[in-house]
Amino acid sequence: MAGDALSWGRYPRVRAPRVLPFPDRHGNLPDGESSLLPYGNGRSYGDSCLNDGGALLRARQLDRFIAFDPATGILECEAGMLLAEVLDRVVPSGWFVPVTPGTRLVTLGGAIANDVHGKNHHGAGTFGRHVLDFDLLRSDRGLLHCSPTSEPELFAATVGGLGLTGLITRVRLQLRRIDGPWMITESIRFRGFDEFFALSAKSAARFEYTVAWVDFAAKGKALGRGLFSRANHAPAHPLHRPAAPTRRLVMPFIPPLSLVNRVTLRAFNTLYYHRQRRDVAHATTHYEPYFYPLDGIGQWNRMYGPKGFVQYQCVVPPADAPATIARLAREISAAGGGSFLAVLKQFGDLLSPGMLSFPRAGTTLALDFPFEGTRTLRFLDRLDDIVGAAGGAVYPAKDARMSGARFRQYFPAWQAFAPFIDPRFSSSFWRRVES
Amino acid sequence: MQRVLIAGATSAIAEATARIFAERGARLHLLARNASRLADIAADLRVRGANEVTVDTLDMTDTGAHLPAIEQAIARLGAIDVVLLAHGTLPDQDACEASVETTLRELDTNGTSTIAFVAALVPTMRAQGTGCIAVISSVAGDRGRQSNHTYGAAKAAVSTYLSGLRQRLRPAGVNVLTIKPGFVDTPMTAAFRKGALWAQPSSVAEGIVRAIDRGAGEVYLPRFWWVIMFVIRHIPEFIFRRLKL
Repeated sequence: MAGDALSWGRYPRVRAPRVLPFPDRHGNLPDGESSLLPYGNGRSYGDSCLNDGGALLRARQLDRFIAFDPATGILECEAGMLLAEVLDRVVPSGWFVPVTPGTRLVTLGGAIANDVHGKNHHGAGTFGRHVLDFDLLRSDRGLLHCSPTSEPELFAATVGGLGLTGLITRVRLQLRRIDGPWMITESIRFRGFDEFFALSAKSAARFEYTVAWVDFAAKGKALGRGLFSRANHAPAHPLHRPAAPTRRLVMPFIPPLSLVNRVTLRAFNTLYYHRQRRDVAHATTHYEPYFYPLDGIGQWNRMYGPKGFVQYQCVVPPADAPATIARLAREISAAGGGSFLAVLKQFGDLLSPGMLSFPRAGTTLALDFPFEGTRTLRFLDRLDDIVGAAGGAVYPAKDARMSGARFRQYFPAWQAFAPFIDPRFSSSFWRRVES
Repeated sequence: MQRVLIAGATSAIAEATARIFAERGARLHLLARNASRLADIAADLRVRGANEVTVDTLDMTDTGAHLPAIEQAIARLGAIDVVLLAHGTLPDQDACEASVETTLRELDTNGTSTIAFVAALVPTMRAQGTGCIAVISSVAGDRGRQSNHTYGAAKAAVSTYLSGLRQRLRPAGVNVLTIKPGFVDTPMTAAFRKGALWAQPSSVAEGIVRAIDRGAGEVYLPRFWWVIMFVIRHIPEFIFRRLKL
């Protein structure tokens, strides 16, 4: 493929990865001895989309629509299609993807394999809940039709199964009705985590999408401040109709040093926190800048410089969530605050359909850290100590470093999951955490 | 509404080009060997907005089948606004060197069969007095190089044939477009290590449609290949013979 197969965090690196073509969904898996792993659009952050020593299947080539019924909103297509391609086709017909992560540059197969979630988790649950069925190509059993009722165990293993149970070739998905491409949004300043929790509780019923940005570079009493964002799809004809964004920036090269450091971060966060003059700001915006602000900057991951970055996303159970989040925040603030991209969200209690699905009731926190070697690794281990003690979990799709012991603690279903792994499939992530 | 005939429709560049026509609401008729892949592509193009998509299986090296396939296409489409020929292989030069039979087969697949199909189209297009015959040749046809001169010879024949046909059909109102892609990241080139010169099929497809729209006679895709091939064509033979291109 053009360039190398990297993960989004650009850490860790696999030297000269072998990427095998897979252009025909009726085709067979490639012959050979090497282990296989589907590689979609490379948006997993760590090593769950890498297969050091084995081969990657270029699943992105499966990018054909099969059928779309504008009356029912049922979309059937090949699994390498990007959410962006789906949206371009279905939004003009009045439909939207039922769940979307913070980038539309992921494949449908990847969205299933990581059972992704979005700002509407409190109402819609994970992506996997909206998947009607899919085809799974395995080395031992051939092509299998999986749904909650047909091969239900394999379905549950594959949703959130990190690509290890076989190659998803075809997907049927239930879309969600919309009146138009616009969003009505509110941004509310909050001064502490208690305010965040109150806003979350108050907004869950009235707003389909909620999420918060937190200033982890703040110190002392200011720590815990941020902006709470809540939104709904707009009716067909909102008063103000902004145009679809056209400008696209690209990070054209990798700077020699990370552009994200303590100085730039404190300055940026302070400006961002004060960007709105009032405590509440209302707006009507197109769905693209609302859901996908970073997709507007191509290759933004390069801003962390040649060493790359790691993302840490955890979820902590509802009972002690306020105390646990405060403990994590103090640890992060003391270490310099990570990056600007810090997100806090209250998950709902809808059950995730996958055996290894990450989302569960509680509060999730996600943020990036420029990778600085063992210093970063030791620091993240300390966060794991807090999350582990609270009975939480860390998101494998974003992970490049958690210990095997932690993974097995966070995902006790791993033992029940393991027998469903395709005998020819493996990943760098799985080999790291299974023992 | 454009009426578009595509031969070699399962090739990556052809499929990417068909998507652009489908999004414009075109009516398409697709020809290729593999019926199941044709059906997949036709379904995709329908969802993308094609007015109608019909398919027919055809092995392009079976020149006797060309005329019936063209008649069938006209019956389906009514008339033809755009024909795109995109079938082909990338022969291994060492295998060609080892077998005269392989060399001749590759010349047929990439050269003679293309010329035969175009020749079979000419009466129809001339009678229509409008439309565009767009054919994917290659930068490889611009000069024979040690690494793939069998492929290059076939494409050179195609380019030369089209160059003359372009002059010939101009008074009739029919445009002939020679498309010369450089390195494109497709299943045909899966075995190669890809560098900065490599383009994606979707960007080549955009260039093809743009060239068809503006009635161009010849297009290098991506465009910088014009410069590269200008230089390569003008290297004196006494130097060129020593190069390992």
